Amino acid sequence: MNTKASSRASTAVLTSAFVTGLVFAVGLGISGMTDTTKVLGFLTLNADWNPALMLVMGGAIAVHAIVYRISTKRSHPIFTDRFNIPSRQDIDGRLIGGALLFGVGWGLGGVCPGPGLVSIFGGAIEILVFVVMMAVGMVFFQQFQQRL
Amino acid sequence: MNQFVMAAIGGGLIGVAASILLLTQGRIAGISGITGSLFRADVSDKGWRWAFFLGLMAGGCILALVSPEVFVVSEDRPLWMMGLAGLFVGFGTQMGSGCTSGHGVCGITRLSPRSLVATGVFMVAGMFISTVLAGGLL
Repeated sequence: MNTKASSRASTAVLTSAFVTGLVFAVGLGISGMTDTTKVLGFLTLNADWNPALMLVMGGAIAVHAIVYRISTKRSHPIFTDRFNIPSRQDIDGRLIGGALLFGVGWGLGGVCPGPGLVSIFGGAIEILVFVVMMAVGMVFFQQFQQRL
Repeated sequence: MNQFVMAAIGGGLIGVAASILLLTQGRIAGISGITGSLFRADVSDKGWRWAFFLGLMAGGCILALVSPEVFVVSEDRPLWMMGLAGLFVGFGTQMGSGCTSGHGVCGITRLSPRSLVATGVFMVAGMFISTVLAGGLL
């Protein structure tokens, strides 16, 4: 690939990644995921249980499943030369332990990573503290992992 | 509009976003994976990750300008608990290689056994903690 074509490809890759993030954020906002009263209302199984957010995952999977089928018929993505899809199948302690810790954090705050980052612009101190500590948690695990 | 309709439309948009990334560059739209990689010295391919992150921030700005009422924070959670929550979420998503987007949406779409297990575990754990904190189960 010559330099011009490669820089065009790179611009296309960066632009489509930017659009992905933007659409993702707007989807999170519309869906109710940036409202922790709704998230906690979904996670709290009592008489006031609010199942609405089940449809966020349902809607996302329904749309993505169609495109996923189309994409698997292609030899490569539109702007790059290969698909980078995780292929691991093993269920190990790290996967289960990590999911467990993440779930505990999700239940404590009602915030998962995407809605946390997007909600910074809502201006609440609770979200800012959550996001800063999330970054600390991420770096902390990465350091911990290097010492294993 | 009805919150069920909004949830489905918003979810559909998230599906569209994940589809754009998959079709254009063959990547999984996992927010914790992409964000976590920005801190890693051993990840060289950071360009598209930064672009995704900036897009996410731009989307947050648009929401704040057009529809700031979507940002609501529950008064049921003290500040220290939000900090603790962030620590668990950050550590847990790196350890478990994914969150609600990477495992919950992209992984379940592929019927990945790892993602099905991870999603089951974090949903049950989240519901357990939240229900206990609301005074249920105890």
